[in-house]
Amino acid sequence: MNAEILIAALVNGVLTGGVYALVALGLTLIYGVLHIVNFAHGSLLMVGMFAAYMMATRLGIDPYLGLPLVAAFMGGLGWLLYRFVIGPVSRGEDRAILLATLGLAVVLDNLALVLFTGDTRQLETNLTFTMAEVGPLLLSVPRLISFSVSLALAGLLWAFMALTDTGRAIRAVAKEPEGAKLMGIRPERIFALAYAIGIACLGAAACLLLPSFYVSPYVGNVFVLVAFTIVVLGGMGSFPGAMVGGLLIGVTESIGGLYLGESLGPIGISAVFIAVLLLRPTGLFGAVR
Amino acid sequence: MSETTSRGLGRLTRRSALVAGAATLAMPRIGGAQPAAVKIGVIHPVTGALAFSGSQCRLGATMAIADINAAGGIKAMGGAKLEALLGDAQGRAEIAASLVDQMAEAGASGFTGCFASPLGLAATTAAAKYNIPFAIDSGIVDAITTRGLKNVFRLFPNLSMTIGGAMPALDAINKKAGSPAKTAVVVHEDGEFGTNTAKQQAAALAGIGIQALELLPHATPTRDFTNIVLKIKALKPDLVMITNYQNEYALLSRTLVQQRVDLVGTYSILGGGFNLKFAKEAPTVAENMMDFNHWYSVKDPRSAAFRKRVEDSNNIITFEVIFGYFAIKLLADAWERAGSAGKEPTIEALNTSTFSDHFMPYGPTKFVNGQNTGSQAVALQIQKGDMEVVWPDAFASKSPVFPRPKG
Repeated sequence: MNAEILIAALVNGVLTGGVYALVALGLTLIYGVLHIVNFAHGSLLMVGMFAAYMMATRLGIDPYLGLPLVAAFMGGLGWLLYRFVIGPVSRGEDRAILLATLGLAVVLDNLALVLFTGDTRQLETNLTFTMAEVGPLLLSVPRLISFSVSLALAGLLWAFMALTDTGRAIRAVAKEPEGAKLMGIRPERIFALAYAIGIACLGAAACLLLPSFYVSPYVGNVFVLVAFTIVVLGGMGSFPGAMVGGLLIGVTESIGGLYLGESLGPIGISAVFIAVLLLRPTGLFGAVR
Repeated sequence: MSETTSRGLGRLTRRSALVAGAATLAMPRIGGAQPAAVKIGVIHPVTGALAFSGSQCRLGATMAIADINAAGGIKAMGGAKLEALLGDAQGRAEIAASLVDQMAEAGASGFTGCFASPLGLAATTAAAKYNIPFAIDSGIVDAITTRGLKNVFRLFPNLSMTIGGAMPALDAINKKAGSPAKTAVVVHEDGEFGTNTAKQQAAALAGIGIQALELLPHATPTRDFTNIVLKIKALKPDLVMITNYQNEYALLSRTLVQQRVDLVGTYSILGGGFNLKFAKEAPTVAENMMDFNHWYSVKDPRSAAFRKRVEDSNNIITFEVIFGYFAIKLLADAWERAGSAGKEPTIEALNTSTFSDHFMPYGPTKFVNGQNTGSQAVALQIQKGDMEVVWPDAFASKSPVFPRPKG
């Protein structure tokens, strides 16, 4: 195999992994705090991508510039979903919340079908064909931006969780909701906030993905399985786990595709996944029980 | 027009408004000697993953019904109006077959559908039980008309005809340009459709003096085509041939441009994402890409008026709209010829049909075992953001840009 292609595949895997990590970050936050598996995660990513697409095509706002708006919109949507769907249902049995998030996914997917039809849409921005020449490599500038912003957002989220009172409250509720309540923290508000932040992460990921991907009512399915894999691989509820897991999956997918062919490449992901879980069943950064 | 579906009310869009217009025109007059309406089962996937294409077919079908009714209905039957029985197959073969049963019971005299081959196979089999004529709109596999079903007719070319026509077209375009394409890489999705088509392409390429350097399969979905494009770049082919679905078609095409792969051209057969929307949304990528696919005769002035009508209603003109439209026209023509909507007379009229009231790049119909042997697909190229026919010469609206300009 040509060394140039190998290096390109490696770099490309890292860049792709950064965005995977951002998609997984929201999922792991929601699991870590609320202890629910959000099956509507892919569908909500799709909603974010359509929001970014509509903003670009109707209002002429570049997805990168519109990132804060879409993230805020998705955060608000997440808050509302928690207050009126997730929250009320999560007080019952565990399986009820699974069905609720699955049902939410079905509703969102079909709503998108009604509004946008099953067609695929794509966007050409000013940067779509801008490439950075690094030695013999041609690196897509939109992907470099996506990777950098993903890392920056992950860092900000980590700082928010580690350094602010609200972040500490979220961590307290995640660890011991009853104890947190005794300290004057209102867990329901924290749950809603955590869900909103998780969904806001998806809004950011949507804006970063759109310039180099496409959007359709089923686009969430393309990313949701890989996001679940990353969360489990990194350790459920772990931020560093989501970041490292995202990068690991991105690189594995790219190198696997290169050596095994793009048809068999995903086997590499499964192999790494199984190997890590055999050696460390709680995931790379999961708490050892 | 009635909706035979359990999905409740449809969405209110401009498309619906157009359909509603068709419905109004299809309504029988109250009083007088109005002959009974001729009911047509219109079965497509208008929800689910195939919703876009299915809705496009339905749009064409309802436009045709509106046109025929506006022009006085089936004159040989005393001006009998057409009435659409709309069915949503939801992308599931068993539902398509079940809709046929329901519509047959509701008095359907003919069927059209179903966009996707699996749906078409199931629905035509079900319709054969009642011997009700079935005009296939889009559904390309040969088997739809090779199973000996006497009631099934396809105005448009099947898969063998399409693949068989694609290589002579490429050969003609290449030779006309002085044979700049000598090597090719075939990128294909790894399912049955892509793998079989790619193998057939690779074998046929040798026959026209182009060496297939490698077949590169990929999964569906594939999130990133950088590796595949880097492999293509290393192989240095003159041509890249693409056989995959819409999403991957768009991603691969974009990555080829981003990685500055130096090609004489790209050529796909039934390219999943090759349409006018692709040309408008991704103009940099789409320009000068070629595809062998279904399209209308751009030279025929009726086609321009039809396209304007579709676009004025805020819809996109795709081959599915045209197929949906002419499948209904074919059935109506048979009822005119037969002077009846009876099953046997209609089937006989279709078998001997010389239907030519269309703007497809075909001559009059000549059905052999239900397949119109006079139909053909054409080589298309996106030039200046529009779809142009570049082969065969008789129907070409523009000369091919081949090899494509550098840079």
